[in-house]
Amino acid sequence: MALYSEKVMDHFRNPRNVGVIENADGIGEVGNAKCGDIMKIYLKIENDIIVDVKFETFGCGSAIASSSMATELIRGKPVSEALALTNKAVVEALDGLPTHKLHCSVLAEEAIKAALKDYYDRNGIEYDHKIFPDCASCGHGCHS
Amino acid sequence: MRIYADNAATTKMSKAAIKAMIPYMDEIYGNPSSLHGEGQKANEALTNARERIAKLLGCEPREITFTSGGSEANNQAVISAARLGERKGKKHIISTAFEHHAVLHTLEKLAKQGFEVTLLDVHENGLVSAEQVREVIREETCLVTVMYANNEIGTVQPIAEIGAICREKGVLFHTDAVQAVGHLHINVKEQNIDMLSLSAHKFHGPKGVGVLYAKKGIALTTLIEGGAQERGKRAGTENIPAIMGMAAALEEACAKIEENTVKLTALRDKLIVGLSDIPHSALNGDYEHRLPANVSFCFEGIEGESLLLLLDDKGICASSGSACTSGSLDPSHVLLAIGRVHDVAHGSLRLSLSEENTEEEIEYIIKSVKEVVEYLRGISPIWRDLISGKKDFIIK
Repeated sequence: MALYSEKVMDHFRNPRNVGVIENADGIGEVGNAKCGDIMKIYLKIENDIIVDVKFETFGCGSAIASSSMATELIRGKPVSEALALTNKAVVEALDGLPTHKLHCSVLAEEAIKAALKDYYDRNGIEYDHKIFPDCASCGHGCHS
Repeated sequence: MRIYADNAATTKMSKAAIKAMIPYMDEIYGNPSSLHGEGQKANEALTNARERIAKLLGCEPREITFTSGGSEANNQAVISAARLGERKGKKHIISTAFEHHAVLHTLEKLAKQGFEVTLLDVHENGLVSAEQVREVIREETCLVTVMYANNEIGTVQPIAEIGAICREKGVLFHTDAVQAVGHLHINVKEQNIDMLSLSAHKFHGPKGVGVLYAKKGIALTTLIEGGAQERGKRAGTENIPAIMGMAAALEEACAKIEENTVKLTALRDKLIVGLSDIPHSALNGDYEHRLPANVSFCFEGIEGESLLLLLDDKGICASSGSACTSGSLDPSHVLLAIGRVHDVAHGSLRLSLSEENTEEEIEYIIKSVKEVVEYLRGISPIWRDLISGKKDFIIK
């Protein structure tokens, strides 16, 4: 299908890291059903390294592919690198997304950040609140 | 194996339609407005096609205007009625919330020009009643436009009854019959229809051609200026091959309506029964007043585009009410109009059959949809919340 790149279709058809982590160290859920996309990311973190990551997604093809790719990009990486993951990196790794689907990659970035914030909060780790933008800043329009 | 179940989007051309077109691309290529023999032959063909189509709709040949398709016909019908109304100081139009965008967007434009538009609420079964029209029709109403059958959920509206009220009140009645023509009985006189739009590619004819029927005496507004084709109401050299293909396709479709209705209703019902097996699923639109080939479902906990892509992988061409692919985050206005909440409306699937589908295909579709819905629910965080009781099911 010409709508999506081969990479997107591969990650959509064979999503990596699908599932749930019991006793996860951090869980992030973003989006809402009204918009048609929800992503939930589970992290297992040991010695500041993301040793395992799983996701569940309700959404379109690019939402599922973005979740899959984003989890691949942070798996085995230090927390600092996962925090630095941008939606742009997800889009590039997927060989592009149609313009009207770019918000899916934004959701993937936000889901990972939300899971990391949860990890920090659970463990009482100090952090700069500015690195976690609030929902209103994304312009996704979910809550309008 | 490929299974085509998206006939509400477009149909495969019939052999008869293709055969009818070829001579007009090959030997009889003249311009119907030309005086020479070649042109006159084309003109005869045009006259012939107009007569045949008029007969099938139950109207006069001169009441037929050929257009580029359903959208143009809808635009022209609505605008013409508005202009006629305007002259008499009547600037109120009645329609429904779930019309095709070719009607809704035209109405939005007219609203900006000072027209008052009343969009009737659609009942949750996907129907509007003639009584609803009666309640809002008034002295200033210049047009009532209600679709014959809905393109997404396939519900068939009480057109003749609505038309009768319009006649009684002296208000023009237009129906977008794009999904109905060639599939349901039509007679514009018996059904009190003043204007009707149809599109050839919905009944195995070619794309890019349609008809606007307008009852004698209704002065159409010209949308495309130029030559004097179509009695000056639609400029541009007539698309003779497409028009000939449309006439042939319509004759064939109308001749087979009864036979196809029996066959398609059986296939449709088998599909509805099979898909109803899926827990927390619901048929969209009334079961009784429904196009013989339309199946529309919502499945809770999943999103429609993923469902379509995975069905495509399994060889099934379907469509969704979801506007996801069109760049909007909002789900279908039709599903919202019948009261489906956003969460559920995103998980929609439309299967629209043709007489070429078989029972085996229906069985394969049922099996495939079940598999894909189950898989997508398995990776959906919403579904997890629903089955764990964290959230309540909307579709019980």
